[in-house]
Amino acid sequence: MTVNMTKGQKISLSKADGGSLTAVRMGLGWQAAPRRGLFGSRTREIDLDASAVLFADKQPVDVVFFRHLTSDDGSVRHTGDNLVGGAGQGGDDESILVDLARVPVHVDQIVFTVNSFTGQSFAEVQNAFCRLVDETNGQELARYTLTGGGSYTAQIMAKVQRGSGGWTMTAIGTPANGRTFQDLMPAILPSL
Amino acid sequence: MTAELVRGQNHPLPGNRLEIRVSAGTPVVAAVTLGDDQGRVSGQQGWLAHPGEPQLPGVEVPRQAAAEHRLAVDLGAMPDSVHRVHVLLALPGGRPDSATDFGAVPAPHIAVTTPEGTGIAGFTITGLSAETALLAAELYRRQGAWKIRAVGQGYAGGLQALLADQGVPEPAATAGRIHHAAERELARSVAPPAPLPAAPPRRVPAAGAAATTPAHAAGSTAASAAGGAPAHTAASAAGSTAADPATAPGGGRIDYQHPRRKAAAATAAAAATASATASGTAPAAPARPPSLPGQAQAPAPGGGQPQGADRQDPPGPPVPVAGDAAGWTMEERLHNQIWGMFEDLARTVAAYRSAEDFAQSRYDQEMDRLLADPRTRGGTAADAARDAAELKQMALVDQARAVLDRDLAQLTAEAEVVEPALPPPFAGWENPCWHAYEVPDERPLAVRLGTLSLPEAPELRIPLLARLPLNRGLWIDSADDRRVAMDTAVSIAARLLASHPAGGFAVHALDPAGSGAQALAPLQAGGALVLPPPSSGVAGVNEVLGRLTERVDLLQMAMRAGAPDALPPGFDTAEQLLIVNEFPYAFDDRTVNQLRYLADEGPAAGVHLLLVADREDAAAYGPVLDPLWRSLLRLTPLPSDHLADPWVGHAWTYEPSPVPPGSRVLTQVLRRLAAARPAYGP
Repeated sequence: MTVNMTKGQKISLSKADGGSLTAVRMGLGWQAAPRRGLFGSRTREIDLDASAVLFADKQPVDVVFFRHLTSDDGSVRHTGDNLVGGAGQGGDDESILVDLARVPVHVDQIVFTVNSFTGQSFAEVQNAFCRLVDETNGQELARYTLTGGGSYTAQIMAKVQRGSGGWTMTAIGTPANGRTFQDLMPAILPSL
Repeated sequence: MTAELVRGQNHPLPGNRLEIRVSAGTPVVAAVTLGDDQGRVSGQQGWLAHPGEPQLPGVEVPRQAAAEHRLAVDLGAMPDSVHRVHVLLALPGGRPDSATDFGAVPAPHIAVTTPEGTGIAGFTITGLSAETALLAAELYRRQGAWKIRAVGQGYAGGLQALLADQGVPEPAATAGRIHHAAERELARSVAPPAPLPAAPPRRVPAAGAAATTPAHAAGSTAASAAGGAPAHTAASAAGSTAADPATAPGGGRIDYQHPRRKAAAATAAAAATASATASGTAPAAPARPPSLPGQAQAPAPGGGQPQGADRQDPPGPPVPVAGDAAGWTMEERLHNQIWGMFEDLARTVAAYRSAEDFAQSRYDQEMDRLLADPRTRGGTAADAARDAAELKQMALVDQARAVLDRDLAQLTAEAEVVEPALPPPFAGWENPCWHAYEVPDERPLAVRLGTLSLPEAPELRIPLLARLPLNRGLWIDSADDRRVAMDTAVSIAARLLASHPAGGFAVHALDPAGSGAQALAPLQAGGALVLPPPSSGVAGVNEVLGRLTERVDLLQMAMRAGAPDALPPGFDTAEQLLIVNEFPYAFDDRTVNQLRYLADEGPAAGVHLLLVADREDAAAYGPVLDPLWRSLLRLTPLPSDHLADPWVGHAWTYEPSPVPPGSRVLTQVLRRLAAARPAYGP
């Protein structure tokens, strides 16, 4: 069961059987779009980066991105930077694993963002998606398609939020511009 | 390559024709039961092979009790209805020199090999105490292929209890027949070999064993006596009956199931209960998962602690087991597990600290906001706001503390299991495994240099393991206490010596002033250890450094030229450790440069430095020596927080692993090493 999320849609991450999720993975996959023109078959390499910003009471306390692959507490892990995207279809090119049970108690929101490090806009990216997977059984919880994102170079994808009954996920889908997550901070803050 | 299994682990079997080799330090009876897909031994004939009826289709067991057995197994010849093959071992009894329980004999070892003798898997059954019969291993059919599982389930109630558990009808009579058949063959059986000199069995403390096993023993006392079982079985069972049977739930059997196999354990317990109830030999016990394996296995005093009802809910933290990490060997798994614990502790504490910092900063901000506005600065509303802010801060810190305590409890439980399981190079000198020390055949993965801890959990000490060969020199800071620093250096040098095969490691000592002679004495104890005497004076320093520098030069030349064969004849290939006491006394510019050269180039050429020095003493050299100090791993003879972890950079409190006061373990180890060492030097 996959939910194709739309902007602002909220889903609860508690399972149908009542237990809440313990580990989720944010996966990001993309392919470079072929360039039009004389050498139409030539593609340019596009480097998208997935980042996760940990917030406590609307203040950023930690960030996981390609230069800081594991949050200090070890609960959020980036599996490594991919500079060129996927050659084929479907798979995740970058993943961020979140062990929700180990997230420090003061962290109440984790925001996932995607940036185009090489500066191409999402219009040039093919088959780009972001998805959230239940890491315990590999089931896809939510998927967000990036393609056709217009002339933006970044997007604030989604956030997981600690609530009274466990974690919930909210799709944000706000487009923005920026090279790394730092440039996105002003755009993130309104959605907290 | 033989896979060394731990309890509960399974391993695929490559073929149908196998040989199971049993070696115990004492004569044991071997038997085999065949089980259906439910694991139960059916009532019909031909499902139990024992000394009285040694042959079944596809398996044959020896007719007599012996310390070494070879069981030929052909899994292809088994009937299709057979899904499990259990290998049982029991102590024969009836002979004056035979052991009374498995706790008193060396740990039995099971090896599965091909008929040609190529090892497939091995399993040493440790942690036994009052048991007289064992379900040693299980071969089982899984999706058409056979696998072996290391079980190692002991039964204090003897063979009879074991058979009852397996669902064999008339367990007491069957056990009696088996013992009788084994006794008949006694006259022809071989004398037991002398007990193995090393590897004394790790025993569960008697109190713990008595508390975990009584119900079963109690249930079987009468029956085993009636069944004509040997007197010692009844006696040992009666001995444990003294404990209150009510304290042990779940039939009272010691459970060695792998904790990850909860479902299987629960079924087994239910089966055990059912069979016990049916045969009427044991009081009906409530069907619940059997006792925690970690508790039964750990030699810690927690062996007999009561089982909490909270074990029933599945999301509880998994029970830690030693060696629960990836790796080819047990040593590597333990090494990786320790690093995993190190990282987990670092990160858990980081989470706690960041939560605490955040709570504090949020409180400060709220107070600033209150105080900045004259309207909210005073009055009852201000007090209430202040209290609220304070409560919020405390609530968050409490929450963080609870999470930290949960994680620390888990890591402490893991440390309690891991620490006693460590091999000598990883273990502290106080660990009993050092008393069973034997000179290794090959270099271990790493050695323990001490322990690390954080102020949040001062009692949780993570071993600091340094990979071998050392890739940087060591510096014992003697600023606080020269004598203790030198003792620490000697204990580390002895540990390095003991971790290398005989002749694989040589220690040189530079003690120009002679002040370290007393501390160095154990390394030369009674001339047992052939070690070049500590060089003293300027001449000694020049001579040793010259020799080691030349060695590094030679090795580098040979390696760069791609001609390692061209080293001069008689070249000592051992790794070299140079202990320098009271650096820079008796050093001049030239020898200081040589030492720096050794620090930089030595590790790659097998020359390692162990400096015992106070940095202040070398202040006269100015910044020239800074790179030297930086290149060395600084250790302190007294606890000090100067080491950082690679993940979050906490300051960890390092503590050396000293030899316990009054202990002679260091001398013993060095003596054993000296005995194994070939004649060395001129």
